[in-house]
Amino acid sequence: MAILTTPQSTPEVTDNYLNHTKGIWSWLFTLDHKRIGMMYLICVLAAFLLGGIFAMLIRFQLLTPDGTILTQDQYNQVFTAHGAIMVFLVIIPAVPAALGNFVLPIMLGAKDVAFPKLNLFSWWLWVFGLVFFLVALAGGVDTGWTFYTPYSLDTTTGMTGIIPVLIGAFILGFSSIFTGMNFIVTIHRLRPPGMTWFKMPLFLWATYATAIIQVLATPVIGITLLLLIVERTVGIGIFDPAMGGDPVLYQHFFWFYSHPAVYIMILPAMGVVSELISVHSHRHIFGYKFIAYSSIAIAMFGFLVWGHHMFTSGQSDLMNVIFSLITFSVSIPSAVKVFNWLATLYKGSISLNAPMIYGLAFIFIFTIGGLTGLYHATLATAVHLHDSYFVVAHFHYVMMGSALIGFLGGIHHWWPKMIGKMYNENAGRISAILVFVGFNMTFFTQFMLGSKGMPRRYATYIEMPEFQIYHVISTIGATVMAVGFVLCAIYLLHSIFFGRKAPANPWGGRSLEWQCTSPPPWDNFAEQPTVGDCYDYSVLEWDPNEQGYHWRDDVKHPGE
Amino acid sequence: MSNAEQHHEDHIGHEVSIKFNVFICAILLFLTAVTVWVSRYDFSEINIAEMGIIMALFVATVKATIVGLYFMHLRWDRAFIGFIFVGSILFVVLFIALALTDTMEYQPTIIKGDTPMVTEAMDKLKH
Repeated sequence: MAILTTPQSTPEVTDNYLNHTKGIWSWLFTLDHKRIGMMYLICVLAAFLLGGIFAMLIRFQLLTPDGTILTQDQYNQVFTAHGAIMVFLVIIPAVPAALGNFVLPIMLGAKDVAFPKLNLFSWWLWVFGLVFFLVALAGGVDTGWTFYTPYSLDTTTGMTGIIPVLIGAFILGFSSIFTGMNFIVTIHRLRPPGMTWFKMPLFLWATYATAIIQVLATPVIGITLLLLIVERTVGIGIFDPAMGGDPVLYQHFFWFYSHPAVYIMILPAMGVVSELISVHSHRHIFGYKFIAYSSIAIAMFGFLVWGHHMFTSGQSDLMNVIFSLITFSVSIPSAVKVFNWLATLYKGSISLNAPMIYGLAFIFIFTIGGLTGLYHATLATAVHLHDSYFVVAHFHYVMMGSALIGFLGGIHHWWPKMIGKMYNENAGRISAILVFVGFNMTFFTQFMLGSKGMPRRYATYIEMPEFQIYHVISTIGATVMAVGFVLCAIYLLHSIFFGRKAPANPWGGRSLEWQCTSPPPWDNFAEQPTVGDCYDYSVLEWDPNEQGYHWRDDVKHPGE
Repeated sequence: MSNAEQHHEDHIGHEVSIKFNVFICAILLFLTAVTVWVSRYDFSEINIAEMGIIMALFVATVKATIVGLYFMHLRWDRAFIGFIFVGSILFVVLFIALALTDTMEYQPTIIKGDTPMVTEAMDKLKH
């Protein structure tokens, strides 16, 4: 679909969103969705670096049974900071806010999102929340990222940072709601002529489903955190059992948002992977409608399964059974996606470049992450595996191995478009493989650890020295992964200054963002683009001079 | 709605006179007064102690409906917007229904006071 009626014969456009206006203020107060997306990207990557440092501290602490570098209290604070930063500041905003902001309007052929000022306000709100959050975390919070009651209500522990952290998360939530609202309205109102719902790129379907969750679920966490603040400061007796409150009710409130939040993380990454797999195998996406519907189905089912986080919390047997049954249903739309991606690859002309390696890594890792989720949906095994490293491995396979690798795949896929430069492809491949191998070394061993009985959140394991070998392998894996990330940062930064100029369409994509120059002009498109089938690659051909793809001369553009 | 289609439906939002808004505001204030009155009335005198809560919730629902219909202009907007609004309320109902069902289910299983294990340990400490 989505093809400009005018051929891309004017790639030498010098005016683009990067150089249209100059100066730091032109960025900080820009209404341009691309610049806002880039600012999100920079902040998210900075937060990822910070969260990653905390992750490495955890791994090195566990190298020996009696710990290495942290005290028990420090360890608790470090895993809390790691979890909170990675969830609230990295994975949730990574794809929707950073990549979504950049790509979504261009994919629609629009000049911007529906509410540009609200978009800028969202970013400022996010930055404000981020600063609040980080300063507060530095004050020392050791509740874990879930802030479970009654521990988080205990005022005798000296956790001075907990209320500011909650306020920070509250503010970040508002930013997320505004972004979601903006995307919903943009997709409804700004699609170009001819782009019906089933002619949209699948990334937009995924972003739309994500936005629905953001708008519907995030207010609940806002209210929950507010109630927790009020409970801690005033003592209204809603969550505190000492005052007649109910700590299990807190978990209901918390997971009603936080389980759908898992889909805020994974759904946009799935959208990215749908693009990666199709574009880089140069084959029409298989089962378009099934993938589109499955995004909505996952978003809907995601609201009905929160209780599976509470099987051992004291939740009633009746609700345990109900939530267990519903949880299994989520596997259906998830499997629909995986099978359709595999079918797309079948007989495709696969380019095994960095984005594609990330795409394939996603499918491999997500499949393991999804299948191990079934153990947690099953009541009998969930009770055994609860609070063990099996859980840690499972959610890292889904949240880190899938969501974050989808994000990395998206960065590599759209980097030439965002920056206008090509990165070193070989370095990209090596980095992707290092991340993939390192990730599996790190977390597959944790499945073994958990199934053998290693509890999560323990700073030492003096009584269980037989677990050391798994921790050592896991730490080596984390180091390999870190090397992969550092290499990635090096070649991406290198490409900004020394990279080859990117053509408009380096990969052979058909969606609209590949029809404008790299980097895109200030207002994206000089004229309203018309659309066709966004996954029909037969109309493109490789141009060795330009080192990119262009429209075949013997094929008419849509609308001609 | 695509650009092509939206031209047909683009219109300036429905305008409501200040007089009308003041009237709606007066109704809301009156209903607030009703809530205050309900909170002060002792319904146990007529053997329906829960009536206060029921009436307060009823009045709150009526007020929310008026705000949605008139201040949020849902009365004059497309049915789809109303559908979204009602859909989001259904989510709240779903959440509260499941959470409350759970609470009612496990309340009888809660051991009041200290568990036997804790009592035993405390006794040992005392001795």
